[in-house]
Amino acid sequence: MRDIRPSWGRRLIALLLVGFAAAYMVPLAIVVLNSVRSVEDIIQTSTIGWPRALVLSNFTEAWGHYCIAEVCTGIRPYLWNSLAITVPGTLMSTLLGAVAGYAISLWRFRGDAWIFGLVTLGVFLPEQMKLLPWAIVLRDVGLSNTLTGLVMIHTIQGLSFSTLFCRNYYVAIPQDLIKAARIDGAGFFRTFWRIVLPLSPPILIVTVIWQFTGIYNEFLYGVTFTNGTQQPITAALISLTANVANVPQYGVQSAAVLIAAAPTLLVYLLGGRWFVRGLTAGAVK
Amino acid sequence: MIGSPTRNDRAPGGMLAWRVLRRLPELVVIWVPLLLCAGQVVVFTIWTTVVSFTPSTLMPVTGWVGMRNYTAMLASRNWHIAFDNLLIFGFGFVVLAIAVGLLLAVLLDQRIRGENVMRTIFLYPMAVSFVVTGTVWSWLLNPGIGVQKLVQGLGWSGFRFDWLVRPDMAIYTIIIAAVWQASGFAMALFTAGLRSVEPDLIKAAQIDGAGPWRTYLRVVLPTLWPIVIAVLVILLQFAIKAFDLVRALTDGGPGLSTQLPTLVVYDFMFQRGLLGRGSAAAVLMLLTLLAVLAPYGLWKHWQTRRAARA
Repeated sequence: MRDIRPSWGRRLIALLLVGFAAAYMVPLAIVVLNSVRSVEDIIQTSTIGWPRALVLSNFTEAWGHYCIAEVCTGIRPYLWNSLAITVPGTLMSTLLGAVAGYAISLWRFRGDAWIFGLVTLGVFLPEQMKLLPWAIVLRDVGLSNTLTGLVMIHTIQGLSFSTLFCRNYYVAIPQDLIKAARIDGAGFFRTFWRIVLPLSPPILIVTVIWQFTGIYNEFLYGVTFTNGTQQPITAALISLTANVANVPQYGVQSAAVLIAAAPTLLVYLLGGRWFVRGLTAGAVK
Repeated sequence: MIGSPTRNDRAPGGMLAWRVLRRLPELVVIWVPLLLCAGQVVVFTIWTTVVSFTPSTLMPVTGWVGMRNYTAMLASRNWHIAFDNLLIFGFGFVVLAIAVGLLLAVLLDQRIRGENVMRTIFLYPMAVSFVVTGTVWSWLLNPGIGVQKLVQGLGWSGFRFDWLVRPDMAIYTIIIAAVWQASGFAMALFTAGLRSVEPDLIKAAQIDGAGPWRTYLRVVLPTLWPIVIAVLVILLQFAIKAFDLVRALTDGGPGLSTQLPTLVVYDFMFQRGLLGRGSAAAVLMLLTLLAVLAPYGLWKHWQTRRAARA
């Protein structure tokens, strides 16, 4: 349209953006660099610095040997705990949310608007309002301090978001499509399977990424309802870095932090587009 | 209950039972999850509210103490500090995150090379847990091993950056970390808004002889203000609910200096074993949230109604 050569204004814009990008990368760069530095190195210079020597043993230490609240198993069992909570929680809340969203938007039933309103209120309700009731419910059903208990909580609560996401996506499907299927004699499940599900991959990916990130990163329920070896990784990480008994092992801790951040970072890098879509969809509604 | 009743539904006795039985799987799949989820929202809200009116300590008990938990909580030093902190943190965080997010969105909107890489960088903090980011920021801001140490090591031995350990400044470190984490999110929402500006609007302004700057300031940015309000409300909601980040970065300290209502609730419920007080604090938190969400909800409602009439 205009002059192709970059003007001074455009150079300034590019410079500003690069500056911001560099600043945003600092915390990640710090963790990556410190994860291969020795404690002495870090304490002598600071947490901001280039490794003098590569200390890869930080990772083996963090993964399998480091002591968290006096249990010297490293971060590994807690990562498994987190995945054992996150994967079933994500799958169940997404699947049930998709069916619920379909029922509310396309199948319709008496009271659907009401129940949808209540379910979406769950998006806003602070966790603090639910802590005590969940604690009592978990105790009464015998799931205190279990991974199953956390799966249950995340599945039920995750429904708020997944139902909202799916419902908002499904309302765009023409009602005539569903009516035609019904006239052909297709029931609730067959209509879902044959018509709605094939149209759903985009929203299912968004929901899965959203739920995975949310459940994996959740901290308050994890730290309140589990202890010891049943804790998810976020809760374990707090006890790990709060380990003030001797010289803090910043190198090992950085490795542990990096391992803890890896699953959601990977999901973000692989599915960034869908992640952003989830963020904006979850936010604007 | 499901779907509109067809004529066959009115068939007598046995037929009806058979039809209901045959539809049992779909009834279960629809109603059980939805009722659990909706029930959780309603019942738990009422439950915690009821507990806030009881003299419960370590265990929830029945009984009625009226507003005593609320008056005690509102008179306590913890709540005062926490609420003042929420005001400082909420204001600083929201204003800065919106400013940075808007700046980044506008800069990226200028068709810069490497736009997608930049976007990925600005948004990655949102994918990571606040526990992780809070921990990393606590290393950076810790005067003994972070930025202060680095700068002093470079020769400027008088350099001080010790906000993290200063009771009067620690709350601002939380603002720094939170702005870093959430401004990319604000950017993403503003970008979506900038993308949806009508090209015709821009063309019309250019035909009227407006230069690129004028077009941008007068035509493009004003269309963003509904999004600015939406982002404002979402970020305020973040601020009110913030817990993990503070827990990992300062854990409410030094002393009580970075307490927030979320930490007060946790502290009273599970560390002091004062469930009644803690529940009252949780309800107060919910009311704060409602004070932000309700006007926005009403405004949205009014807007859609006006749009429907027009």
